Amino acid sequence: MEQSELRQWERQCVQEEVPPCTAACPLHVDARTFCSLMAQRRWDKAWQILAKTMPLPGVLARFCDGPCKGTCVRKDAGGAIEMEFLERFCAENAKPVAPPRPLPSRGKTVAVLGGGMTGLCATWELVRRGFDVTLYCSSLGGSLLDYSGDILPEGVLEREIESLRTMGATIEAGVDILLVQLDLLLDEKDAVFVDSDAVSTDLFPIGMLDEMTLGTQRAGLFASRSGEVSFILQAATGRRAANSIERYTQGVSMVTGRELEGPYETRLFTSLEKIESVSPVLDKAYSELTAQDEAKRCLQCECMECVKGCEYLRHFKYYPKVYVRQIYNNDSIVMGTRQANTMINSCMLCGQCEIICPEDFSMADVCLEARRGMVAQGKMPPSAHEFALRDMAFANGAQSALARHAPGADISEYVFFPGCQLTASDPEGVLAAYDDLCRRLGSVGLMLHCCGIPAEWSGQQALMEESMEVLREKWQALGGPKIIVACPTCLKTLREGLPDAAIVSHWAILRALGLPAGAKVQDISLAINDPCAARNDVLLREDVRSLLDSLHIDVKEPEYSGEKTPCCGYGGLLSTANPALGEAVARARGEAVEEDYVTYCVMCRDMLAKIGKRAVHLYDLLYPGNDDPGVRPAPGYSVRRENRVYLKERLLRELWCEDGANAKQPYEDIGVEFTEQARSAMEDRRILKSDVQKVLLQANTSGCHLVNDKTGHKLASFRPVVVTYWVEYEDRGTEFIVHNTWCHRMHIKGAQQ
Amino acid sequence: MSVIKVPEADVAGWYCATCDEEMVLQSVELEYLDSLFNVELPACPKCRFVLIPEGLALGKMHQVEQLLEDK
Repeated sequence: MEQSELRQWERQCVQEEVPPCTAACPLHVDARTFCSLMAQRRWDKAWQILAKTMPLPGVLARFCDGPCKGTCVRKDAGGAIEMEFLERFCAENAKPVAPPRPLPSRGKTVAVLGGGMTGLCATWELVRRGFDVTLYCSSLGGSLLDYSGDILPEGVLEREIESLRTMGATIEAGVDILLVQLDLLLDEKDAVFVDSDAVSTDLFPIGMLDEMTLGTQRAGLFASRSGEVSFILQAATGRRAANSIERYTQGVSMVTGRELEGPYETRLFTSLEKIESVSPVLDKAYSELTAQDEAKRCLQCECMECVKGCEYLRHFKYYPKVYVRQIYNNDSIVMGTRQANTMINSCMLCGQCEIICPEDFSMADVCLEARRGMVAQGKMPPSAHEFALRDMAFANGAQSALARHAPGADISEYVFFPGCQLTASDPEGVLAAYDDLCRRLGSVGLMLHCCGIPAEWSGQQALMEESMEVLREKWQALGGPKIIVACPTCLKTLREGLPDAAIVSHWAILRALGLPAGAKVQDISLAINDPCAARNDVLLREDVRSLLDSLHIDVKEPEYSGEKTPCCGYGGLLSTANPALGEAVARARGEAVEEDYVTYCVMCRDMLAKIGKRAVHLYDLLYPGNDDPGVRPAPGYSVRRENRVYLKERLLRELWCEDGANAKQPYEDIGVEFTEQARSAMEDRRILKSDVQKVLLQANTSGCHLVNDKTGHKLASFRPVVVTYWVEYEDRGTEFIVHNTWCHRMHIKGAQQ
Repeated sequence: MSVIKVPEADVAGWYCATCDEEMVLQSVELEYLDSLFNVELPACPKCRFVLIPEGLALGKMHQVEQLLEDK
């Protein structure tokens, strides 16, 4: 990833943008943090937040008129936060803080003329930044002196003026401004600022005033426009003048990058969904309790929309802006640990965040590109996707793959493409579906093959292209028939990979043909689980809902459904790269509804079934067997392979009347049984029955094994390619009982095979 | 690579059936992703059949594999 791309991605995520209140405040007070502390009754800490940003905080906090309220997100859910009353409460009840410590002296001198709020604030801001400031005024406070008692208690203004002195300002009060000679001052000082509300501009004709810089036509002379009545805006003018004088004395541009100085619009998005309307606390003379209650109404604005909908984004504790930075850093590491590999390989690439994000941020795009980069650099952890890619190779191998015209036919108008996972999970369903299609559409060819998506997800572009080329050749050899696809992921992948093919979903065909003969029509309620591959396919989702309607199913839509549907935990190869998180994702999806799920992606069904959620595939309703499909367990890895082989053999034998049996590998003759412990270890550790058989064959042939003198169990190991498998077993003569099995990738040099 | 150690309990009871020998700790070379380590592991003194017990394979050894994969 280039740095410019990183910046672009970072800009797209709005989570770190300032909240609307801070953006709208002329002084950019951090009202969100202030409210958070007030809600915890941490008055002193809250006061520190105000004092950090406000000049003369004791005065200003009492005069704020809440300019943030117009943009407060809470205004549409009960009413804007009563910020000005909270500030006043805080000013009255918190422990005063020492004035800020000024920066080291810059050796620059400034004269401020006029001691109204604007002049006082300009002085505050300038001394704070290390300027040597002299404030000349006839009286201190200007129109502030019109207030007293409840609004501005005695001593408050005096304390802040004392703070100004402590910070190093020289205050020449009681000066007859008439006697001040501007020309002399301008010669003497580096800059002069005139508070036009406190000093009559008749005395100091300043001429044209620049809105942005407050500069005049005389170099070094700055002035405020007179007539501003809001103290907050006067304070903001004082700060603007200080900013200009700082730029002027540094000799840098007076205008660039000043857009965010005054109030501006933020890009932060905050949803009001699920936010209850709560009215403001109306008693404006707040007590500790009412102040706390009012502060609690603050929504603590943030976006986090994508994170709310995605277990993966939640799991890694941050949000896309941080993630993309971590991914960029990960990519740039030459020596050392790549901390973000697991995060990159855990994204389901499902596209949910892109739909939900107000700025269309796509973690899928970022993570897929990162994976491709890792593959290209040889930095992809070998264990991340190898198992899935081996499975893909198996699905495309001679034992499982098939591409044929219908029995007896030499052309195909259609070819049925069920997808390698449906054949692995529900071979009977595939047989019934193919039979149904042949009966109702005439000669329909059959293709058993993987669409190649594991290669795409793992960042292996070359393998993906190669796999698609094989598919294309097989499809063309059948005469390029229309492809009927059952799996939503295959549908999406084939449409992208074979743009010249006519591709239609099995569900669209069934909607047009009507329900198959044995379909189970029943008045029940089911929650629909749209698979992530159907996110951008509104027609597919409608076809499925129409079929469910024909089946009399009352369909419940989960909160995240349709184009906002989450992934089940399989997508992007999450369940191979990070099995624990894959399970957590499935669990969250399972817990999202009370009802049983109905879905039309078999991986969704199996992921849900694995965590114990009742879920049926649409085939279970359209081509029902005898068992309760809601409790059909998700087949284990070995059974999935066996199902593919079984399906092909059965099809060849029954439909094409051929001996479908593949030439057996020697290890397949090893008779083996598994204890419960061994079975569960195999699933957790992704060890196949065939891996175990290979170890046992090797132990038999070489005679190399260990024996345990207590249990009598034998122990052998074998490394077929890159993983060493260990099998603890009992030799019962005709078969082996496997008690346990484990594996590692590290290679033992010079020892056993 | 001294982190890879085998607790005695994991080795207890296993002997080499081929050579009828008890397992003894021996210096063994392990390799993963172009990294080589010398480790003391239980092995048959005659045929050098090395034992990697379950706890080691899924514990420390797995951690080191992951660490090397992220290098």
